[in-house]
Amino acid sequence: MSNRRVALTAAVDAEIRRHGAETFPHECCGALVGDSATGRVAATVALPNTTEEGPRRRFLVRPSDYRLAEQRATELGAELLGFYHSHPDHPARPSQFDLDHAWPTFAYVIVSVMNGAAERMTVWFLKDDRSIFEEGELDVDENSDSHAAAAVHR
Amino acid sequence: MSTKILIPTPLRPYTDKKDAVDADGGTVGEVLADLTLKHAGLKGHLYNEQGKLRSFVNVYINDEDIRYLQKEQTPVKAGDTLSIIPSVAGGVDSGSGAVSSSAVAEIAPDPELTNDEVKRYSRHLIMPEVGVDGQRKLKASKVLCIGAGGLGSPVAMYLAAAGVGTLGIVDFDVVDFSNLHRQILHGTSDVGRSKLASAKDKLVAINPEVKIVLHEVALTSQNALELFAPYDVIVDGTDNFPTRYLVNDACVLLGKPNAYGSIFRFEGQASVFGTKDGPCYRCLYPEPPPPGLVPSCAEGGVLGVLPGMVGMIQATEAIKLILGVGEPLIGRFLIYDALRMRFRELKLRKDPDCPVCGTHPTVTALIDYEQFCGIHPAAPEVATVIDHATEITALELKRRLDRGDALKIVDVREPNEYQINRIPGSVLIPLGDVPQRYKELDPSDEIVVQCKMGGRSAKAADFLRSVGFTRVLNLKGGILDWIDKVDPSQPKY
Repeated sequence: MSNRRVALTAAVDAEIRRHGAETFPHECCGALVGDSATGRVAATVALPNTTEEGPRRRFLVRPSDYRLAEQRATELGAELLGFYHSHPDHPARPSQFDLDHAWPTFAYVIVSVMNGAAERMTVWFLKDDRSIFEEGELDVDENSDSHAAAAVHR
Repeated sequence: MSTKILIPTPLRPYTDKKDAVDADGGTVGEVLADLTLKHAGLKGHLYNEQGKLRSFVNVYINDEDIRYLQKEQTPVKAGDTLSIIPSVAGGVDSGSGAVSSSAVAEIAPDPELTNDEVKRYSRHLIMPEVGVDGQRKLKASKVLCIGAGGLGSPVAMYLAAAGVGTLGIVDFDVVDFSNLHRQILHGTSDVGRSKLASAKDKLVAINPEVKIVLHEVALTSQNALELFAPYDVIVDGTDNFPTRYLVNDACVLLGKPNAYGSIFRFEGQASVFGTKDGPCYRCLYPEPPPPGLVPSCAEGGVLGVLPGMVGMIQATEAIKLILGVGEPLIGRFLIYDALRMRFRELKLRKDPDCPVCGTHPTVTALIDYEQFCGIHPAAPEVATVIDHATEITALELKRRLDRGDALKIVDVREPNEYQINRIPGSVLIPLGDVPQRYKELDPSDEIVVQCKMGGRSAKAADFLRSVGFTRVLNLKGGILDWIDKVDPSQPKY
């Protein structure tokens, strides 16, 4: 992740979008687990949104769930790479609130969910001096099966 | 006194990648102060500008949050472990940063529901994803179903039941006995009726609130755009490639979503094509398969229940598109295997070079899809002419058998077809086995090869001649013609 690049497997990509659409119009949140050297996210851990400020505009992962996510990462022999959350009916750009609450080095994936449908997804990293979020590169693995689709043409 | 502090993942870059470090102090505050002295990079992330612990930084002593003890004054004893545990928070900006989602505000309001409709749709209305607003969207919507057959049956029945306001159906076929094992719109008493008349009776019985629009025409390049224009969603329930490409291209040209499905034997496929940013059928299959390579359901068979499953996926997608809820099957290709009872999902991408939906489309109007799929119009006059050197009609065969001619009849169909009907005295050698088993036949015999309709047996006849058989006749029209002209007592399939 040193070069601010995050690669999602197709399943992870689909899972984040599904979670965002499912909780719409509320925000969803969850952890990203994978390999920090390559930035490859192998799994997500969906977490409850425990905010008390209204889940349409806020999310909060409480400490016990954070610990759960770290545990889950360790169980998988992987690392906690960051978190994802959704922006219902808002663009996939970090808010001032996101910035104020951000942790360094974590990848923050944001999926925009418009009218219940997951749309744009972006990834952001906190600049070390906490002044700003910098956008990273978000890749979704090409499904190797897409060629298989052509073989079942009928 | 040294205290162990567990460091969370995001802060480890500031502690030389260590997940635990030691610091000194008699209280939590002192230990943390020593920690940030030793690892200066931590300070800005743990404390705000006023020197207070940030709200999303949680400090636990053993398993207790210091907020519920004496906060930073909490004393630290030998053997205690401190943990820094993040709360992860965020959200959208309130106020001016918001994007308005009022793009649909200009459109006329959706129709109100009558009291009867409220009763009918009550199980929809109590779900937040549908509700009264969603049900009014359904009532305002217009869906066109291409075909009133295997896929069209469950699609039309469920969409009518769900309260889609206007349901159009395109079909020009007549109900046949062989339709009934899967086309549940039609019943035994409908055999011989037009499929549309039969469909309308069934759909009105399910839900008289729905406006049923019947289009009793063959879908062509000339009428497709006009037919599709009034509808919001097109559901493709066709069974052949030319029409499938026609539906795809017309949907792309008109910018209408196409809830696609197809079925064969035990396998079904479904996707949503033709949306603005999603792929289309041609992104997946730029070219049709060579004619004859992929058998149709009439040739290959289909499990009767299969179109039910696939059609319901199409109906589900149509409803989701209308309601604007959930995750549509756009850019995803769902493959259902009924034998193994498994669903697989393939990711599809919009092809920038796609001839119809790409960045520089070459197909900008509907084309001749029969020609595109390599299908040439049949020449029926020529086809009825019999070449007496290579072919024999059913009546001629009957006459010669009655006369006592020694004809060897070879049925080249599959064993399960032979089980349904056969010409008395025929031997079964499936087409695929002919190259291995032709030596069972005597080249000096006069041989009549026969299949269901005459196509496979023509190939068998060509093969036999190529290996030296000189007296081979193909039964014109296959066993179906034999049953029609000679032996109506046998069942047809």
